[in-house]
Amino acid sequence: MNPLYAELQWLPRPPADFAGRLKASGSAAVPAGDALRQLSHFGLDLNQLTKLGKAVARTRAAGDTLAPLTPFRLAILSNATIDLIVPALAATALRHGIALEVIQPSYDQVPQEALTPDSKVNAAKPDAVLFALDYRALPLKLSVGDSDAAMAALHGALGYLKMLRDGIKANCNAVCIFQSFAAPPEPLFGSLDCALPGTLRFLLNEVNRELATMTRAWGDVLFDVASLAETVGLADWHSPQLWNLGKFAFSDELIPLYCDHIARILAALRGKSRKVLVLDLDNTLWGGVIGDDGLEGIALSQGDARGEAYLAVQRMALDLRNRGIVLAVASKNNDNVAREPFLKHPEMLLKLEHIAVFQANWDDKATNLRAIAEELSLGIDSLVFLDDNPVERGLVRKLLPEVAVPELPEDAACYARTLSAAGYFEAVTFAEEDLKRAGFYQDNARRAGLQKQMGGVDAYLESLDMTITFQPFDATGRARITQLINKSNQYNLTTRRYTEPEVAEAEKAPEVFTLQVRLADMFGDNGMISVVICRPSAESVWEIDTWLMSCRVLGRRVEQMVLRQILERARSAGIRKLAGVYKPTPRNQLVVDHYAKLGFSKISEEASGITHWELLVESADPERAPMKVISQGFESVREGSLT
Amino acid sequence: MDESQIYPRLQEVFESVFDDDSIQVNPALSASDVDGWDSLTHIRLLLTVEKAFHVKFSTSEIGKLQNVGDLVGLIKAKT
Repeated sequence: MNPLYAELQWLPRPPADFAGRLKASGSAAVPAGDALRQLSHFGLDLNQLTKLGKAVARTRAAGDTLAPLTPFRLAILSNATIDLIVPALAATALRHGIALEVIQPSYDQVPQEALTPDSKVNAAKPDAVLFALDYRALPLKLSVGDSDAAMAALHGALGYLKMLRDGIKANCNAVCIFQSFAAPPEPLFGSLDCALPGTLRFLLNEVNRELATMTRAWGDVLFDVASLAETVGLADWHSPQLWNLGKFAFSDELIPLYCDHIARILAALRGKSRKVLVLDLDNTLWGGVIGDDGLEGIALSQGDARGEAYLAVQRMALDLRNRGIVLAVASKNNDNVAREPFLKHPEMLLKLEHIAVFQANWDDKATNLRAIAEELSLGIDSLVFLDDNPVERGLVRKLLPEVAVPELPEDAACYARTLSAAGYFEAVTFAEEDLKRAGFYQDNARRAGLQKQMGGVDAYLESLDMTITFQPFDATGRARITQLINKSNQYNLTTRRYTEPEVAEAEKAPEVFTLQVRLADMFGDNGMISVVICRPSAESVWEIDTWLMSCRVLGRRVEQMVLRQILERARSAGIRKLAGVYKPTPRNQLVVDHYAKLGFSKISEEASGITHWELLVESADPERAPMKVISQGFESVREGSLT
Repeated sequence: MDESQIYPRLQEVFESVFDDDSIQVNPALSASDVDGWDSLTHIRLLLTVEKAFHVKFSTSEIGKLQNVGDLVGLIKAKT
């Protein structure tokens, strides 16, 4: 079974103590509706959904309305057993902001419930009725090869469905949601079942086609189960054992997915579908980092496996825009650098005119998402945020839980599919105006005004469980050190390039202080993310020849921790002063204030823009960041050579 | 698998299927002993057992189970 769908992999995995958290939610300080909703934002399995659904029912029975969730009453008519689905559906509806009450009549009473004016369903006056019928509910007689009989069977089946609909409309006037029909994977011929009139496959295809047209004409809703079943595979959807065991229409493993699809439809009926797709840039819309790799270095070409994956994301974003979804950008980059590919890269499918709001700066992403929502005058809950970086995703989920943030797989080739599978943009109606909606936002890729920073970022950083590892240069790290030295452009104070032999020289020179820095966090190991080289320039002075860092770890106060390490080593080597120099380049404007922020004093500035800085080792005490420090492989720099 | 490996995992299965944390799996335990162990929960229990132990039960095998001891015997035979 494809785990993307069976496990709802766009949702984070459930915590190990889910059951415990559910028990504890009753005593939380937040309203019950919110507490239960928080627990629904994971890829829960059937058992977990059942526990959560029962908690919803208990809370409602105790008189709690589950505010601020939107109430919805759904009746389900089915020829199959739905008991395993009902609690799971109530739990899943929480995820979409709905407090769901399910009205469940007795088993297999579909026409009775629809047509009898005072049936349980009609008397309950539900908001909507879901006809969860499977193909066995249709009065279809197979008539292989007989076109006339096939047409009669088709009309009979459609007439039956219309009769059910008319009954509901006359008796309680609820919105009608019809499921399309998944054919069982047991053809009588093979390919001929498709074209030959009167086979089950032929008849179901025709019923589904007509049903789609009719529901649109009636103003009712279609839940395209046929397409869902095809997506996961008919052979996985249908389970003969489960039908025989208890008249279950499809595999229990797909109940969480089925419920999520229904919940999306209910949310769409209540206007809760998302409207905006906010895109990260580096490693989301193209491979690589534009600030470091430049236009020539980012992966975005047809014919290049890596590039194709990102083109697929752009294509999907563009197609979404063409159906009325608004696009925005939130990227940690200088604004002009971020815009370059949109303006100049020949393979970019997305242009600036497609982007309503373009936020490229060094603020945290939560602040930028709020700015985007305000600029568009839309609620923060209209946003979907696509970012390859699990740290950014975690930050936004923590600080802005109303934003939908899909988990993404390791392989970018599956990003577009994962975004689509999550179904954030489900709709139940479509009109001409929808096509133009994206354009109403005057896509001039404007920048929303800079906002006051959101609180909570520091607490989030602490929760990341970071470990920073310091080592001097060594043979093992040499190749990667050389690579970083030569490809870092943005967070690079002096942009001095070294060949590998030159790196080896620095490694071995006893008077040169070198640092290779690694950072790991709860999401994994980021590998080597910073390189420092200090050389004695005068008595008791180290000049910082090289200081560079990967932009991926900006905003985590790595620089402060690196400075603390340099100072510690400087002290034990008897150094009194650190001298820093900033050499401006077209790409490293980002670090013009690097030394100022670290407490260095500016000594001079040249006409070229080169600045010189100084820090006295004795008094310097940069703030600690919440990370564990590992320091290994050091010996006194003065004594002997580093091996 | 033998009983000493089966029972701990089965205990976890029961905790994920039932709301009552105080259930202790033992050979004599059956549906009449547990609140909420109705026919539907029984099916959910067996489906969860199948996934937890990577086994498949046939309809006739399911029909013969009277208590947890029978279930454990069946799991043992299949693993």
